[in-house]
Amino acid sequence: MKVLNYLLLTVAAIVVAFPLLLALAYSLMSESEIATFPPPIFPQAPNLDNYGRVFETIPIGRYLLNSFVVSTAVVVGQLITASLAAYAFSFLTFRWRDALFFLFLSTLMIPWEATIIPNYLTIRSIGWLDSYQGLAVPFMATAFGTFLLRQAFLQIPRELWDAARIDGASTFRFLVSTVIPLARPALGTVAIYGFLSTYNQYFWPLLITNQTLMRTTQVGIAQLRFEETLRWGLVMAGVIMVAVPTLALLVLGQRQLIRGLTAGAVKG
Amino acid sequence: MGWTRRDARSFGVGAGYLAPSLFLFTVFVFVPLGRTIYLSLFNTRSTGEPTSFAGVDNYTELLASENFRTGLVATGLFTLYTVPVGIALGLVLAVLLNQRLRGINVFRTMMASTIAISAAVGSLIWLLLLNPSLGLFDYLLSRIGIQGPDWLLQPSTAIIAVSMTTIWLTLGTNIIVLLSGLQGVPEEIYEAARLDGARGIRMFTRITVPMVSPSLFFLLVVDTIAVLQAFTQIHILTRGGPVDSTRVLVYGVYLDAFVNFQFGYASAQAVVLFLLVLALTIIQFRFVERRVHYQ
Repeated sequence: MKVLNYLLLTVAAIVVAFPLLLALAYSLMSESEIATFPPPIFPQAPNLDNYGRVFETIPIGRYLLNSFVVSTAVVVGQLITASLAAYAFSFLTFRWRDALFFLFLSTLMIPWEATIIPNYLTIRSIGWLDSYQGLAVPFMATAFGTFLLRQAFLQIPRELWDAARIDGASTFRFLVSTVIPLARPALGTVAIYGFLSTYNQYFWPLLITNQTLMRTTQVGIAQLRFEETLRWGLVMAGVIMVAVPTLALLVLGQRQLIRGLTAGAVKG
Repeated sequence: MGWTRRDARSFGVGAGYLAPSLFLFTVFVFVPLGRTIYLSLFNTRSTGEPTSFAGVDNYTELLASENFRTGLVATGLFTLYTVPVGIALGLVLAVLLNQRLRGINVFRTMMASTIAISAAVGSLIWLLLLNPSLGLFDYLLSRIGIQGPDWLLQPSTAIIAVSMTTIWLTLGTNIIVLLSGLQGVPEEIYEAARLDGARGIRMFTRITVPMVSPSLFFLLVVDTIAVLQAFTQIHILTRGGPVDSTRVLVYGVYLDAFVNFQFGYASAQAVVLFLLVLALTIIQFRFVERRVHYQ
């Protein structure tokens, strides 16, 4: 029975991961080997030539740099705006607080694609096409992240808040010195989620970048598809190079990522 | 409900903390949504400025247009092919992964791996898989005696190809959500069912499915909305073709706004997209939730 379970699991895992494994195999094959029939699965003479060719064909280093700069900026921005907002929604009491929270949540029902035309016109009119600001700033607020952090902040005992008040700590000081350190796991979830969804974006960077050097990884490698002669080994090497950072993030931050998904995330 | 000075003060403090988010939401979500609706009522210049008030002209033109109708059909087929199959597959794999076995985490990570894969990367890989001469997909089909089609060049199969790619891309998320749903089911319930003689398929349909129905319902909403927003797969695999068979609503917005520069007309389609997402959310919450088992 146990053996059968392992067998089933192995087969299922290989089938699910098959496209990815195949991309890896093809990235190690020469173009002539890829063209043989029947289609090969294991490389006869595995080599890294395709990876070298990616560097010669497209500025992949620059694309990776762009993606990292933009994704990191979005993460930092989201952590700041969402912490501040979640703090107001959990520890502070003021009029219209619940109505404002509802307003935050209502942004989750508005698909980004429904606002993409005016957003493009805005970014163009302030001269942010082909810029890091244009790629990052529109995504620096997050209702989902605020919601997640609020849940975490509500777990923090109120006694700590009362004690801090008696000690004369300011409202802002309590956030920085007590709330933020205690909510590190939730902040990790927001950070990983924000990084992944920004790094994997395609539509927005495609729209607002025209210069080759401002492209992000996703738009950059997809360009290989539209070249005159499709070199599959080259494309798959590019695919692996672009996917490795996110796969590493999945392995390292799996727990945080799962917490985010099961809390009600949407793949963008 | 007058405001005392203290009310005003505490409101000022609260608003201060909310200000950065509120500012960004206003500039990049609320105002743009209003502007999309506004633009949809105007004729526009190719640079995007509104020229003359058009009333509902853009909408009547839309309803009369062949493109829009094929777009709706494509969107419907895409959703129908993708969401139910994706959830069913996710459930089967999640049940398989919901076992206490040594090394189970390795299998979980492998099957969840598509969470980290971007739509662009996934689409490029499937472009190769589905290639009629180089791809493995048609070769494997030919081994079991099926003549594989030229997936991306025939209208009837192009939408299936896009759907298969999308199912694979969302599989990781579906598995993780359903697995965590399964892990929330108390062992005693399975024990009790087993004592009553439930086994195999019966256990699955009578116990497992009802117990994870909140997760299934959640995925139904989330996956449908994600499919309505899917752009990358279409852009990389088919560019809306052949003969508009994969020109889903989002892709219509893109083509009319950023290729044909008819911003008003495209905005009308964006409004339809928004209303569709809104309506689906409401309908699914009102009608499906009643049949869902919550503990």
